Amino acid sequence: MRRLTWFNATSLTLGFAFLYLPMVILIVYSFNASELVTVWAGFSTRWYGELLQNEAFLDAAWVTLQVAVVSSTIATVLGTMAAYVLVRAGRFAGRTLFSGMIYAPLVMPEVITGLSLLLLFIGIGLDRGVLTIILAHTTFSMCYVSVVVSSRLISFDRSQEESALDLGCTAAEAFRLVTLPIIAPAVISGWLLAFTLSLDDLVIASFTAGPSATTLPIKIWSSIRLGVSPEINALSTLLIAVVTVGVVTASLVSKRATLRQQADEQAAQRA
Amino acid sequence: MRRATLILVPYLWLLALFLVPFLIVLKISLSDIALAIPPYTPTLDLTEGWKGITAFLSGLDFENFVFLTTDDLYWKAYLSSLQIAAIATFLTLCVGYPIAYGMANAPDHWRPTLMMLVILPFWTSFLIRVYSWMGILSTEGYLNQLLIGLGLISDPLTILNTNTAVYIGIVYTYLPFMILPIYSALERLDGALLEAAEDLGCSRITAFWLITVPLSKNGIIAGCFLVFIPTIGEFVIPSLLGGSRTLMIGKVLWEEFFNNRDWPVASAVAVVLLLILIIPIVLFQRNQQKQREAEG
Repeated sequence: MRRLTWFNATSLTLGFAFLYLPMVILIVYSFNASELVTVWAGFSTRWYGELLQNEAFLDAAWVTLQVAVVSSTIATVLGTMAAYVLVRAGRFAGRTLFSGMIYAPLVMPEVITGLSLLLLFIGIGLDRGVLTIILAHTTFSMCYVSVVVSSRLISFDRSQEESALDLGCTAAEAFRLVTLPIIAPAVISGWLLAFTLSLDDLVIASFTAGPSATTLPIKIWSSIRLGVSPEINALSTLLIAVVTVGVVTASLVSKRATLRQQADEQAAQRA
Repeated sequence: MRRATLILVPYLWLLALFLVPFLIVLKISLSDIALAIPPYTPTLDLTEGWKGITAFLSGLDFENFVFLTTDDLYWKAYLSSLQIAAIATFLTLCVGYPIAYGMANAPDHWRPTLMMLVILPFWTSFLIRVYSWMGILSTEGYLNQLLIGLGLISDPLTILNTNTAVYIGIVYTYLPFMILPIYSALERLDGALLEAAEDLGCSRITAFWLITVPLSKNGIIAGCFLVFIPTIGEFVIPSLLGGSRTLMIGKVLWEEFFNNRDWPVASAVAVVLLLILIIPIVLFQRNQQKQREAEG
């Protein structure tokens, strides 16, 4: 029944055109020489040059990168711990509340998460800046990490861990030598997810950032509210390029890792 | 001992940075606005001990929630958010289903690439994806240039800053959430059922409605919830693509907080929004549970 009828071909073509045409237009017009964004006036890399000289954007990009690296790393550690607790720790007092707190942020509207964190930071007198954005981003992205990691933990064969314990490993060694290598792809994709969520976030950052720290999305937001600008087109193109290269590389790496793991398992079976 | 640390670290983190902040929102929604820093009263003063706590509790009331029902703006914004989310979800389904169907029926070796092409936009900045439509839909935008160039219209259409633009923005940004669950339902569909139906005299269209649609029901339901739930509280899309007449509650909350600086009312808006969201979230959870049981 797998046949490519004219109907399927049309819906795929139109569908992917819809998904990609806006971004293609954005990229093409980022090389437009004209100040008027909707009028084509020849090829130019002028806006990229201006972008690289705009210190406000560069500062914001630096803050964003710091926040993303730190928050996604902490979120990966906390999220992996949370996933391990959810899947392996069995029953403990307050488990329902715990799993509720892991899943709730995933469906919580960003405006509410942002508002509530801001009220907390003001309540305890913490000055808003890089630290508060990091705390906020870590909190919501650790939940995404724990969902990704726990789905891997559920699907893998527990007897491998148990045999490591039988052979004299301590629990920590068994985790480091057996569990971690197996769940590593999920941990890495959890980190990548946390990293992009942090890079991307406008709403929560707007609530938790102070005058001392502005992230790139906040900066982009304040300039696009006034309309389309060629500099933002150039910036968007750079961001799209980075993400595309990152995602394609990550998927190739994980494909290789899966193939190697399969080869290892087959070799182990033969031996 | 180790187990306790493992549990406690993420637990305490979430308590301090998720649950406590939400309790603060709840508390402030029951407080009064004041010209002070922070701009609400009463504040909990634990240094006065029990007296401080009773003074704090007696200062709480439901005034802000009553206010939400008396001012037209709020309940209209809630209703309009629900309506926009429902219509946008339906439109996303109409656009997403044929794509998911096409993917499920594409040759096997195409499918990993097609999957990747659906997921890739999800990793790209949400803000940039919404922004990309501003240049297309504006009065001098690319769409109007194209339509005028083709001679289809003589005066430019006004699309940006209307609800139409909001619908386009939602369909565009949430499309992967609709496509993926429907695709995974359709991919598992047994082609023999369709052949049997056709052998028994069904036309292909009848077979589609009688077999394919019911068997992809779970994917459709999951996709609809995944679009509907986040859309209700959406802020970026109505602010960038919508006009002054586009009323959505996420935008109202933002303006109440940043422009009017009325923290108690903003908090009350947040509490009511969460209460509204609980219904679809519970329904969604139940649907997922049922599906897991059916599969397991």
